Amino acid sequence: MYAFEPSEEQQMLIDVVKRFAENDVRPVARDAEEGDDYSPDLIEKGWELGVLQASVPEEYGGFGDYSALTGVLAMEELAWGDMAAAMAVMTPSLFALPILLAGNEDQKQSYLPPLVEAEWQPYTAALIEPHFDFDPGDLRTTAVQEGDTYVINGEKIYVPFAEGAEAFIVYASLDGQTQGFIVPAELEGITIGERSKLLGINALPNYSVTFEGVRIPAGNRLGGPEGHDFAPVITSARLGMAAIGLGVAKAAFEYSRDYAKEREVFGVKVAQKQAIAFMLAEMATEIEAIRLLTWEAAWMVDNDHPEAFKQAYLAYTGAMDMAMMVTDRAVQILGGHGYIREYPVEMWMRNGRGIANLLGMAMI
Amino acid sequence: MIDFSTPKPIEKQMVALQTVAENMMRPVSRYFDEHEHEVPWDYINFMHMAMRQTGAGSLAPKEKKSSDEKKKYPPIGYQSLAFMLEMLSWGDVGMYLVTPGGGLGAAAVEAAGTPEQKAKFLARFKGEKPTFAAMAMTEPHCGSDTSAIRTTAVLDPETNEWVLNGEKIFVTAGHKALELSDGFVVVWATIDPEAGHAGMRPFVVEAGTSGVKVTKLEHKMGIRVSDTAAIVLQDARVPYDHILGSPEVIKKKTTKGFKRAMATFDATRPLVAATGVGVARATLELLKEMLAQEGIEIRYGLPRNKLTAIEREIIDMEVMLRSAWLLVIKAVWMADNRKHNPLEASMSKLRAGDVVTKITQRAVELMGPLGYSRQYFFEKWFRDAKITDIYEGTGQINRLVVARNVLGYRGSQLR
Repeated sequence: MYAFEPSEEQQMLIDVVKRFAENDVRPVARDAEEGDDYSPDLIEKGWELGVLQASVPEEYGGFGDYSALTGVLAMEELAWGDMAAAMAVMTPSLFALPILLAGNEDQKQSYLPPLVEAEWQPYTAALIEPHFDFDPGDLRTTAVQEGDTYVINGEKIYVPFAEGAEAFIVYASLDGQTQGFIVPAELEGITIGERSKLLGINALPNYSVTFEGVRIPAGNRLGGPEGHDFAPVITSARLGMAAIGLGVAKAAFEYSRDYAKEREVFGVKVAQKQAIAFMLAEMATEIEAIRLLTWEAAWMVDNDHPEAFKQAYLAYTGAMDMAMMVTDRAVQILGGHGYIREYPVEMWMRNGRGIANLLGMAMI
Repeated sequence: MIDFSTPKPIEKQMVALQTVAENMMRPVSRYFDEHEHEVPWDYINFMHMAMRQTGAGSLAPKEKKSSDEKKKYPPIGYQSLAFMLEMLSWGDVGMYLVTPGGGLGAAAVEAAGTPEQKAKFLARFKGEKPTFAAMAMTEPHCGSDTSAIRTTAVLDPETNEWVLNGEKIFVTAGHKALELSDGFVVVWATIDPEAGHAGMRPFVVEAGTSGVKVTKLEHKMGIRVSDTAAIVLQDARVPYDHILGSPEVIKKKTTKGFKRAMATFDATRPLVAATGVGVARATLELLKEMLAQEGIEIRYGLPRNKLTAIEREIIDMEVMLRSAWLLVIKAVWMADNRKHNPLEASMSKLRAGDVVTKITQRAVELMGPLGYSRQYFFEKWFRDAKITDIYEGTGQINRLVVARNVLGYRGSQLR
């Protein structure tokens, strides 16, 4: 039976996340982007909202069953506050969710409770590589089995909080298949590079990391000796980015709509001109369309639907275009002011562009 | 709860409807496209029989359900209609418009009529013969600007009848409603030409009413099997109670009655959107099938810069199609649950109009020389699709409705 209203629990989570995004994140988002970063206190406060914890079963330290849909709902609100803040708060899920979704019982037991029950800690993941044709399904970083160990070689970029990280999930190609490996940060052969400067989300500390002959025990292969299916992992990443795209777009839409209702032009409000009003109508429609597509994909994941992988891919594809279209128009509606850093829309447009480029930096 | 599972009764109904679309529509689709104004009686009679037996898709009043039955299942009437229309339009969207039953005329009676009027006018659709109804709003000089209509209704105090005069055009199924069956047309007329929307009232004009004449059947770009009639009303007289709505609303010169009837659109716009989605799905399926025959498979999951141009097109189409359909589902779900949905109704309509025109246009291009040939359905669906973005509120009117809703503007603030 179709239904389009979040459950009571989901609504409660949405509400607390929204309050945090509005009261804590928004007031400092611009300064964070311009070089101040987010304070550990703010990240900890966001962590304690329990977005990840709500998706981890009690036996592993959380308080709920995994739900991609609940994650999507919360992530949209968090990203509405700020994309970089959402990614920073949720960075530990880059480590926890692959273990929850694809790890074996041993891995879940040993890694999840200490991460989920504690305060925010820098556990992270390394997926993206420095090539224009980066493809999560066809990585250049390699893993080779040598006796009881795997040896990892390769270069990763955009690894959130790599500096000071406890451990990584490192994705590498093993006989042509993408596999995840649990890699403690203290191992030999790991070099953390410079912090990357990006088009947007500059409040998220992220680094290049080189793995040179890094040797890990065979038991650290995600899922155990048989490995794992990469599909649920990349699907979770796609839904995470799609939800962020929705949040960024909603922020830009609302801001430009409110601006258009205030700004006078030729004796009326600029929103009263069809040229602007129609842009806003299309933005609202586009956001709602892609939101439903993303919800459906997440619902499919939660219901083990055979089309879930494809649908999440479609939702992510739709979200990258939607986020670009909506944020671009928001800047356009503000005109010259849209281009000025005193207003937030130019930042959202730079962030919105990233939905297509940053797959793997957020998961739900 | 958020749930995307199709209700079981709808799933069952879809199996039968797909059979109809495949066996009753597709085989004759091309014939009726090329023989405009011929009537597909086989299809009409078949659908009439089938719908009488199952009650599917009928807007005619149903016998009251027991409260037990109601509890067992939430309302899914509009959802069920949306699925039905999508599937029939997948078969042939023009032919779907020829499906007997009340169509837009009955929807107007359903939305604005009193219980007595519903009983009186809607019962005919369950009769022996297939019966049609239509809605007449557009006039030669005005379409979207409905307040400009010039057809007049004057009450004759001696006979207590309304006397209607004027010309209506673009009346879908008008010929079938007035001349090929004992149906009716809901004619919009003004009782006060100075009053704009406040003077507009809907009148039920039945087949056989003297002074009513179908004067022309249009020749169209697409949906050719569906008749589009011009109707002239010359001193056409209808009984007093053929004005839809309660007398209090009728007498007062407010826009209340008009607004209520306009609320019909909240239900019908997503349904028209559903027909567009049906054409778009037909196109995309055929496209993928013909590409597959050439050994082209779509590699879902690749980054976009590794896809071929054709793969990118198909994936974008799938995003457009599915998201448009979900907007439809949400809008009809709201209608079923009596939630106020003008925003969602117009969103679904404008998105579906965009999507089906884009998909059919791109499909013709992608198929190269074959796309342009009448040997394949692509060129037909390209022609059929365009009307989705025009009737039942153009894409621009629906943008206005969405804009007013998201901006919190009244009509006077955003024209």
